[in-house]
Amino acid sequence: MDTESTHSGYSYSSRSGRSNRHGDRSRERHKASSSKDSSRSERSVVINPPDTPSQESPVHNGEPLPGEPTPDADHGDDGQDDNWGETTTAVTGTSELSLSQEEVVGLGKGIQDRTQGLRRYFPLVVGLCVGLLVVATPLVFLLLPVVMWPDRLQACGAACEGLFLSISFKLLILMVAIWALFLRPGRASLPRVCVYRAFLTTLTLLLTMSYWLFYGVRILDAQDEDYHGIVQFAVSLVDSQLFVHYLAVVLLELRQLQPCYSVCVIRSTDGESRHYNIGQLSVQRAALSILEYYYRDFPLHNPALLSASKHRAAKHLAGLKVYNVDAFKNKLRTYLLDTPGNAAGAQAANGNQSRAMVTAAAKRKDSAHNELYYEEADYERRVRKRKARLVVAVEEAFTHVRRMKKEDERAAPSDIMDVREAALAIFPSMARALQKYLRTTRRQHCHSMESIQKHLAFCLVNNMSPKAFLEAYLAPGPTLQYGPERWMADQWTLISEASVTSGIKEGTEFLLRCLDFSLAITIKSIPYIRITEEYIDPKSHKFILLLQSETSV
Amino acid sequence: MSNLYGDAMSYVPGQPIAAVVERVQIHKLQERNNLILGFSIGGGIDQDPGQNPFSENKSDKGIYVTRISPGGPADKAGLMMGDKIMQVNGYDMTMVTHDQARKKLTKKNEAVVRLLVTRKSLEEAVKQSMGVAPNCNTATRHY
Repeated sequence: MDTESTHSGYSYSSRSGRSNRHGDRSRERHKASSSKDSSRSERSVVINPPDTPSQESPVHNGEPLPGEPTPDADHGDDGQDDNWGETTTAVTGTSELSLSQEEVVGLGKGIQDRTQGLRRYFPLVVGLCVGLLVVATPLVFLLLPVVMWPDRLQACGAACEGLFLSISFKLLILMVAIWALFLRPGRASLPRVCVYRAFLTTLTLLLTMSYWLFYGVRILDAQDEDYHGIVQFAVSLVDSQLFVHYLAVVLLELRQLQPCYSVCVIRSTDGESRHYNIGQLSVQRAALSILEYYYRDFPLHNPALLSASKHRAAKHLAGLKVYNVDAFKNKLRTYLLDTPGNAAGAQAANGNQSRAMVTAAAKRKDSAHNELYYEEADYERRVRKRKARLVVAVEEAFTHVRRMKKEDERAAPSDIMDVREAALAIFPSMARALQKYLRTTRRQHCHSMESIQKHLAFCLVNNMSPKAFLEAYLAPGPTLQYGPERWMADQWTLISEASVTSGIKEGTEFLLRCLDFSLAITIKSIPYIRITEEYIDPKSHKFILLLQSETSV
Repeated sequence: MSNLYGDAMSYVPGQPIAAVVERVQIHKLQERNNLILGFSIGGGIDQDPGQNPFSENKSDKGIYVTRISPGGPADKAGLMMGDKIMQVNGYDMTMVTHDQARKKLTKKNEAVVRLLVTRKSLEEAVKQSMGVAPNCNTATRHY
């Protein structure tokens, strides 16, 4: 059954700095929804050959795609401002060449991923090498005397062989510990090397080198015969390595667990803010954990909701024009009297100009607040109306399908469906109401049709109520819930006045910027809390009733 | 009663109270070391007025007679349960705490207390006998 569902694809090309981001978006396209493989063409980006002056080619992160001629070079002269409004729209429905969005994303990312892969695994490789060195060294210490001067070596007694047992178990524990702590793929690539890791690597290498030095000079050169002493030496090396590993656990894992600082994170576009408690960290690691919290807690960034305030701000000062009377007077004076004008007066006028504009704008009786009030009331009403229709439609849709019970096994096989078919069967009756609601709340680009169907199948499998199914669409969820193409934030820049490897302190502020918005972060320390105790004897709780007493006189 | 005056059974802030009161004179009885009057009071501005069973208006914080010991001096003098005491020996009882009321009633150097009490039935009686006989035991006081 073909039904129409309106769905607007998020235009990928509006990521570029040149197109009007908050302006026109892609037009909604009516599509048949029954075919499962219609997903690829829903989010289409249209690329026009550059000789048509009305389109721009899409770009990825500000660089043109490979194979596309650089735009704008050709038609710099033509098209005066008559066509200006149209040239900044990114997508129309009519063109010969179209790529789907996945292909466009894939083109740019292929280059990025190769360099990312190397950086991701570099700490892993270093850890592997150092670990191998650390584990192999005691074994080499033990084997070399046996290999090089076996005849002069003293026989290994019972105590010595006991030490073999101890060294083997300690080496096993050390291997597991190194694997657990260091041999993990990095979860982020930070701008600078972590100071503690560098320190620990250096310490380990220093330790190993000094042991080698001692071994080389005192044992290899002198060809020591006391094998028991050599074994003890190797055991002491393994012990030292274990203690260094303990130091690593404390420095890398335990130190930041105790909360010391309270962090306030504010998103620049819509003012969403959250507060977290974190421990002693360097600035870059603090930024990393804040970003992990960001993906979990902050609702998805929705640029469609931000355009209204910009229009209002533009309207405030639009109607004012400043006339500089002093400059005019000076000009008149020089003209009439032939005296040099007062240059200082013109400069002071510039400072007064902005002040004059502000006061004039304040005094102006504009009705922007009135408009805002009624607009918001109207919006609330519309959203509530759509929501009511949506809730009713979803509840009705859910009544049409239920789990198969024992007695239904005798029903015709064409009526028995698996969950995917059941979802597809009831989806069309609620699709229109859902699309209208999402369009009213301007979140239609967050949910694609097959993601809605997938969610519906998930709810049917887990016996969820219609309200549980709807909750995902009534409020914007955390950013991580949507796929990576919706995040609008995968490359972050840390902007900080303090060095990023220095520890965070009270009053540290830094900025995490991504392409569309930034997160402003301020740090306050948790106060030093003094708790004193006071003992109360349980027998001292005595009460009298005051109210409604009756006295005999 | 004109509208400018509050009812005796309720308290309207700022308005004078007009009430029909009865003069009750009780002679204290010596019992061991105490002079007793033979009744119990409840109420006061520091008490909870909602729990007063005798008041008509549950925001009335006046002093009420809650119990009369049978055969005691108060019973003999004609005090009844549920009476609201307006004055004791000239001291006002409409705006006092419970303890102040008790103290006014139990002064050791006074053998007689003269109370002005009001009750609902007094008003009915006055209304019925209005214009018939001005010479009654009741008096109208303006507070």
